[in-house]
Amino acid sequence: MTQHPTSTYFKDNAHRALQNPQLQKALGNSRKGFIERRAQAAARLPEFEALRDSARDIKNHVLAHLDLYLETYEQNVIASGGHVHYARTSEEASQIIIDLCKERGARSVTKGKSMVSEEINLNAALEKAGIKPIETDLGEYIIQLRKETPSHIIAPAIHLNKEQVEADFRKAHQHLSPERDLSQAPQLLQEARAILRQQFLAADVGITGANFLIAETGSSVIVTNEGNGDLTQIFPKTHIVIASIEKLVPTLEDASQLLRVLARSATGQDMSVYTTLSTGPRRSADPDGPQDYHVILLDNGRSSMLGGEFNDMLRCIRCGACMNHCPVYHAVGGHAYGWVYPGPMGSVLTPSLIGIEKSAPLPNASTFCGRCEEACPVRIPLPKLMRHWREREFERHLTPAVARSGLAFWAIFAKRPRLYRLCTSIAMRLMALAAGEKGLFTSLPFAKGWTQQRDLPAPQGRTFQEQWQKVRGNQ
Amino acid sequence: MTQLAKVAPFGPRVGLFATCLVDLFRPSIGFAAVKLLEEAGCTVRVPSQTCCGQPAFNSGDRATTRDLALQAMEAFEDCDYVVVPSGSCGGMMAKHFPELFAGEPKLAQRALAFANKTHELISFLYDVLGIRQVTAKFEGSVTYHDSCSGLRELGIANQPRALLTSIQGLNLVEMNEHDVCCGFGGTFAVKYGEISGAIVGKKAANIAESGAAMLLAGDLGCLMNMAGRLSREGKQIEVRHIAEILAGQTNEPAIGAKPLPKD
Repeated sequence: MTQHPTSTYFKDNAHRALQNPQLQKALGNSRKGFIERRAQAAARLPEFEALRDSARDIKNHVLAHLDLYLETYEQNVIASGGHVHYARTSEEASQIIIDLCKERGARSVTKGKSMVSEEINLNAALEKAGIKPIETDLGEYIIQLRKETPSHIIAPAIHLNKEQVEADFRKAHQHLSPERDLSQAPQLLQEARAILRQQFLAADVGITGANFLIAETGSSVIVTNEGNGDLTQIFPKTHIVIASIEKLVPTLEDASQLLRVLARSATGQDMSVYTTLSTGPRRSADPDGPQDYHVILLDNGRSSMLGGEFNDMLRCIRCGACMNHCPVYHAVGGHAYGWVYPGPMGSVLTPSLIGIEKSAPLPNASTFCGRCEEACPVRIPLPKLMRHWREREFERHLTPAVARSGLAFWAIFAKRPRLYRLCTSIAMRLMALAAGEKGLFTSLPFAKGWTQQRDLPAPQGRTFQEQWQKVRGNQ
Repeated sequence: MTQLAKVAPFGPRVGLFATCLVDLFRPSIGFAAVKLLEEAGCTVRVPSQTCCGQPAFNSGDRATTRDLALQAMEAFEDCDYVVVPSGSCGGMMAKHFPELFAGEPKLAQRALAFANKTHELISFLYDVLGIRQVTAKFEGSVTYHDSCSGLRELGIANQPRALLTSIQGLNLVEMNEHDVCCGFGGTFAVKYGEISGAIVGKKAANIAESGAAMLLAGDLGCLMNMAGRLSREGKQIEVRHIAEILAGQTNEPAIGAKPLPKD
């Protein structure tokens, strides 16, 4: 599904989302938890704001010297016995992974949660090649059963309620007793665990993403709360890491600085339950680990963002805090955004990766309330970047014609104060008259977007400048 | 309606940028602002003005934004301060004007000087003039909505609360999620009306749940959005700009309320 973005239909998607009671219930349940837990975690750590500055600076430094760190990282992966593959596009990345799987005769692969694998639409490519992908993160497992995409970058099944998951499990796990009790979340978790355990053992290849790639050691880092990432990369003979190029950090020290803001911003935990570093394949003294270790470094448009107007977006560490704090995301959920990355970070990143023509509404789908920027651990100025997209849309005449001509009409008056005063004083008087004794409008043909949802308070009658002129003259 | 204190001959020369919404829809907020400023000893002027350019800025039209910024900078050249009864337009002028002239050192310098003398009304009274007490009288419970730009771009949060609670008889009750967007967002409210409606619906529920008889905020855009929704839902809550209460000017009907019968 990810290969066909529906971001251009954001408005229709949003309409359906707002009419979906199950989704609205799920969104309502999750809204406050994330925000409260992040606020508490930040309050517990006196140096949290300083850490955010430091996190921003680390990522800025990496982005300014990305070539250097990519080279160092590659050398160190090779030195530890691993392999590095560069992929310019989604297709290239998927092909490299499929080739690696085929060379090893792989029939099933387990997967840790990875948004980049969603971005390249890896599961569909694997299935097409006759290889069975098995998502092992509980949320990802659920949406894989439902043939859905993640609606949130760290909580992929946040759009679902417990009852929906119970129904999915009953449908998918028909070998189990239909009388079993699945009414509580822990029971659902136990059932998924038991089923996934067999899959972990049977898999030929394990694929994970990476939260960070450490240049000085050639290590990849994943954080999970379920331990599924560890089982994915330890049991199979081959471990493949798929990560985008901006995931690099210079040192272990830098990675730990970023880890200190990541979980706090994401779930409000001080640290995620598991933080796992992988450095090359199993060494002779290691008790376990893969025989084979491959890293695919994906560009897919990121190098063209480097040094440009959207460079700051590459600092993103995928914590999800921006969407957790976004009133628009709270209202419509992640699927409405129509591609892999929802919420404010998606509204900036999606146009960069798939083109603004295919995602024109996204940068406009914001009230610019600024809560995303306020919560972002690496201080990405998300509203400013969305505004930059709006500027490009305006320059390239992608702004809807109605909005464009409305703006032009308004500008005629706004740029001519005398004409403005004359016309507005007449217009406001007429509007006040038209509203009459009600003092408001319940429907206006030229402002349906407004009046379908709320009344429009009428103007008082005479404008401020007109009245001021009368009492104070030209003062 | 427009009873004004005598013009103070001394004090800083303050140019009032009323904002287009106040100019067009609710002039009484402008007069409340004038009263507060004059009582604080300012000499108030109202230079010829239209809009700060924010609708163009947020629609990606940099050229129009730039023209309107220059127009405003020119008009308020002689003022010691520019005061705006809106955190949103205030944020536009105090935070974003300088961005518009990057790469044009002379204009950038001018925009920066303009930005530095521009203040949102409540912040100007509290932070610049050091006012801690207003003389207005009020009896009843109010709840205050933090408008986003004022809160996040200009740091306006405790100033309005401090001035409100300096009024004897005024009971400030906080609503849940008082710092969450009301869903207005300028043209967003019309372009994405349905989403905006969902957001302001949640806001209206929080306002009603607070039990306050009156809703206050510092931005007319947000106020019209919330008042319009409360009225649509039949919720009887008076909606006013904070300046009206601080200035003790509540003769005019509340936002969206029935106008006074004509003589």
